[in-house]
Amino acid sequence: MLEIKNLHVSVEGREILKGLDLSIKAGEVHAIMGPNGSGKSTLSNVIAGREGYVVTGGRIVYKGEDLTGVEPEERAAKGLFLAFQYPVEIPGVANTTFLKEALNSIRRYQGEAELDALEFVKLMRLKTKHLGIADDMMKRAVNVGFSGGEKKRNEVLQMAVLNPSLSILDETDSGLDIDALKIVAEGVNKLRSKDRSMLIITHYQRLLNYIVPDKVHVLANGTIKRTGSKELALELEEKGYAEFDGTAA
Amino acid sequence: MVASTKTISQIQELEEDKYKYGFTTNLESETSPKGLSEETVRFISAKKDEPEWLLDWRLRAYRHWLTMSEPEWSKVSFEPIDYQDSYYYSAPKTVKDGPKSLDEVDPELIETYEKLGIPLKEQEVLAGVAVDAVFDSVSVATTFKSKLEEVGVIFCPLSEALKKCPDLVKKYLGSVVPYTDNKHATLNSAVFTEGSFVYIPPGIRCPMELSTYFRINAENTGQFERTLIIADRDSYVSYLEGCTAPMRDENQLHAAVVELVALDNAEIKYSTVQNWYPGDDSGNGGIYNFVTKRGACRGHNSKISWTQVETGSAITWKYPSCILQGDNSVGEFYSIAITNNFQQADTGTKMIHLGKNTTSKIISKGISAGRAEQTYRGLVRMSPKAKHARNFTQCDSLLIGDQCGAHTVPYIESKNKTAIVEHEATTSTISEDQLFYLRQRGIAVEDAVALVVNGFCREVLQQLPMEFAVEAQKLVGISLEGSVG
Amino acid sequence: MIRTDDSSLNFLQNLNIDRPGLPGASLPWLNALRQNSKDLFIDIGLPTQKMEGWKYTSLKPLEDAGFRTTNEDDGLVSIEQVPPLLPELDEVPRLVFVNGRLQSSFPTQNGLPDGVYLDHLSNILNEMPGWAEKHIGKVADANGLPLVQLNTAMMDTGYVLRVGSGLVVEKPIEIIFIGGVTDNSIAYFPRNLIVLEDGAKATVVEHHTCIGSVGSYLSNMVTEITLGASSNLSHYKVQAESKDAIHLGSVQALVASDAKYDSFTLSIGGRLSRNEILVQLNGSGAYAGVSGGYLMRGNEHCDNTTTIEHLVPDTSSREVFKGVLDDQSRAVFQGRIVVHKDAQRTDGHQLCKTLLLSSGAEMDAKPELEIFADDVKCSHGATTGQIDESALFYLRSRGIPEAHARNLLVQSFLAEALEEIPQEDMKKAISNKILHWLPASCYLSEEWRET
Repeated sequence: MLEIKNLHVSVEGREILKGLDLSIKAGEVHAIMGPNGSGKSTLSNVIAGREGYVVTGGRIVYKGEDLTGVEPEERAAKGLFLAFQYPVEIPGVANTTFLKEALNSIRRYQGEAELDALEFVKLMRLKTKHLGIADDMMKRAVNVGFSGGEKKRNEVLQMAVLNPSLSILDETDSGLDIDALKIVAEGVNKLRSKDRSMLIITHYQRLLNYIVPDKVHVLANGTIKRTGSKELALELEEKGYAEFDGTAA
Repeated sequence: MVASTKTISQIQELEEDKYKYGFTTNLESETSPKGLSEETVRFISAKKDEPEWLLDWRLRAYRHWLTMSEPEWSKVSFEPIDYQDSYYYSAPKTVKDGPKSLDEVDPELIETYEKLGIPLKEQEVLAGVAVDAVFDSVSVATTFKSKLEEVGVIFCPLSEALKKCPDLVKKYLGSVVPYTDNKHATLNSAVFTEGSFVYIPPGIRCPMELSTYFRINAENTGQFERTLIIADRDSYVSYLEGCTAPMRDENQLHAAVVELVALDNAEIKYSTVQNWYPGDDSGNGGIYNFVTKRGACRGHNSKISWTQVETGSAITWKYPSCILQGDNSVGEFYSIAITNNFQQADTGTKMIHLGKNTTSKIISKGISAGRAEQTYRGLVRMSPKAKHARNFTQCDSLLIGDQCGAHTVPYIESKNKTAIVEHEATTSTISEDQLFYLRQRGIAVEDAVALVVNGFCREVLQQLPMEFAVEAQKLVGISLEGSVG
Repeated sequence: MIRTDDSSLNFLQNLNIDRPGLPGASLPWLNALRQNSKDLFIDIGLPTQKMEGWKYTSLKPLEDAGFRTTNEDDGLVSIEQVPPLLPELDEVPRLVFVNGRLQSSFPTQNGLPDGVYLDHLSNILNEMPGWAEKHIGKVADANGLPLVQLNTAMMDTGYVLRVGSGLVVEKPIEIIFIGGVTDNSIAYFPRNLIVLEDGAKATVVEHHTCIGSVGSYLSNMVTEITLGASSNLSHYKVQAESKDAIHLGSVQALVASDAKYDSFTLSIGGRLSRNEILVQLNGSGAYAGVSGGYLMRGNEHCDNTTTIEHLVPDTSSREVFKGVLDDQSRAVFQGRIVVHKDAQRTDGHQLCKTLLLSSGAEMDAKPELEIFADDVKCSHGATTGQIDESALFYLRSRGIPEAHARNLLVQSFLAEALEEIPQEDMKKAISNKILHWLPASCYLSEEWRET
């Protein structure tokens, strides 16, 4: 699904990722853990193709295709989804409108028929019900005035509707209380399948109690320092990142 | 809420003796012939023993001045100024050759400054503040000179700098405010008599606050000082200016020019507590404060920060500005302006963004009471080259009483899509609820108002050097005494 | 002393300022009014950038075009060509002006109740001269604005709407001005009057446009509005004019106690447009909502200059202007809130935000507060900036193509202004005009049109 080889990335002239390797197969769930400033968010942004994140070496290969130079919307259309750490507020654009635009854009790209208003509403209702999202939230402007939990649930809803092959969850647990975390994790777990891969980026082990990963990687100072099974997360919880990065607690 | 008549009358009672700087000093003065002519300009230049180029420059300014009209765009009104009815040079006789040391200064002058709360004897001077005292047209004393010289900082009267470092003066004088700039600045260029000169050499953090106190004493005298501050590479200086004048029935003109130049990585912090005589409570007398202040952030990462507390003058007309030329340079303007009785103030700033990533911040707090009229006037300009420049402006006005006015006139010009400009302004009054709450807790109405106003001004007061923040805070209270309800 | 410079005089000479046969030519009071304004205009001349109110807008394009006044030989249009804003072409009361001349072959009085007059200025001057005398020049001329003086001297067309006391006109009244249907550079000077008597209610929709984006024409228009106590006027103006058109409009409204004036001006085209709006809130409880949007590209220039005067206690106003500038276009916003002495408990708020889409575009804003009473709540805000890059990335990362994502963000940006439109059908009509302005290459869902 995803093959990252010796990836070097600079932001504003400063090298953040320094030769990162990562390989995720179809159906696998990987977690990347690391201290603040280790390059976790840079990794998620560069995979999604954000401007300003310059690949200075190495490659990101997704479903056998090198992503270099591929526009963010094209990556999305190819089934790549990034759940944002800080979902962006877009005043004046209804949540429904936004999601329908996104879905139909992707369907057009994939050569599928667009959904009309009725079909879309049916699909959306099905997904919102699962995630406990009220109709009211769909009518409001995208993320405007949403609580932290609502924003994250909205991200998971988009993931459910857009049906991606690879989902990257960037600090999806940050700012969530335990109930909200459970709802979000449950939503994510429902989407696990043998065709779908996930990359969970987190600082804490907490989320991994609910979304159990196949593999855990430790990212520090721009490279993967260690890879292990889910037990590695527990170990990190206990010992912290000090072993990998002298400055972090 | 409307100011209750009771509190308004309370204020008026207090009004009478509130300007404690209104005394005069009896000194024999040497003055230029009354009126303005080429002769006056030559007289001043000769008195100061100036080089030829400077006399030429003054004369060019004078000739240009004759062709100019008064700026008419501001919201202040006054009778036309009779420029021939004023003296352009006045010096206490005893110091005409300039005091060599404090011992030579007329004791009466030292006493005057003590009354003003500015001790000139170094042992009594506020710790860490060097003072240059300007009395009418001449500098009477500069303290801590030797200590500053140790690190290479030049802090002296401009006339002395012309002898000490003529090249620096020649290079920078008029380079930020050209003599053609506006009628008041042009007049200053022709007849300026004194002012402070500061040069901070590369890499030096000026070891103490520098301060100038200006005092107009002589009758019928205009004061035209000119300040020039140059902060060379990687240097820092904090400069404070204070001003007072006696109470006189006629209006006196103060047309000063301040030029600041900050080179690469340099920072200049310029603070003003302006307390010129504002006139009496029926609007007689007071200073016309027509001042041109401008700083050029010439170097990369340079910073110029203006802080002003304006409580005095019959009319204030000033716009301390920043020209942000160097990439990443920063301009700031923090202002409190208080007008009471018949005072008028038209003040604000200009932030001209020329370089990349330049940022500016404007915080203006205006308080208008009595029958005063106050205007914030500001310009923020993003030029096509000012990529990713940013400005934030917050402009708040507080009205106390229903006879005064508060106006906000910002100009925002953006020619760069990557630049972000944000401007916010509000106008309101002190709420009856706030006052009642404070009074119910036992705080007298005057104190309650001072408290609320000080709170309103907090963001700006915080910018002042510690030594003067307390003084400014008191001034805020005094200026508004009795104005409140 | 004639202070007018050569360019102003040339401009006037072409216009034939003394031509005979203007509306109301037999009315001595009107002739006196015209003569007075003509003298004043000749004295002042065309505004120049040295005047504070014209600092950011140059009338140079006006001087160069050599406009002449319109006549019978200038073209007509057929009804199929009329571009209405409102879909029900035959169902709403509608006046259509072509090249400034009322095309009377089209139906006008669709379902107006008795006591409501809607007609051409010259008919009203003929039929109700006494009433007209009480209103023409009474709101607008006192301010001595040069372009109002020009219009008063030259007024050659215009519409009059009078709604009698307590009457409610349910259907919106549409006024369409089609310019440039001729090969000549023409000028016309509509003088409009809207008078709502106490308790009356009406909606007026003005569409200033052209056919096929062509034609060189000048419209110098003045609209005088008098709103009686507790009356309610919604006034919409959509300006979608040709790339050579010049629109110099001035709306002046006098609003009595508890009356409500809502206006929305959408400018989406024209070489040069200036929309002056001056509202005087003259009775307690009076309200003005003055909002608008401006979308410019090419070398278009749009100037919105508003003044809201709070003259008495307990009045309120709200202004929201939002604009989007592309290419080398330029926009100006000058908004003044004036609170007069004794106008206590005034509530006045104003907001102007602009998106710059191109590095050649320019925005100049001058929001002004002028306040002479203390118990007030007034504020203004102004911002300029570009499209939020993180929002753009967010949309693109969800699969929405960049051009379309930009359009969505422009729509999102403008939504705040559209929220100020109280009537849903008008909001929809104006949203539609905005959609048509946006770059057409990309897909737009019907969802937007529904909301």
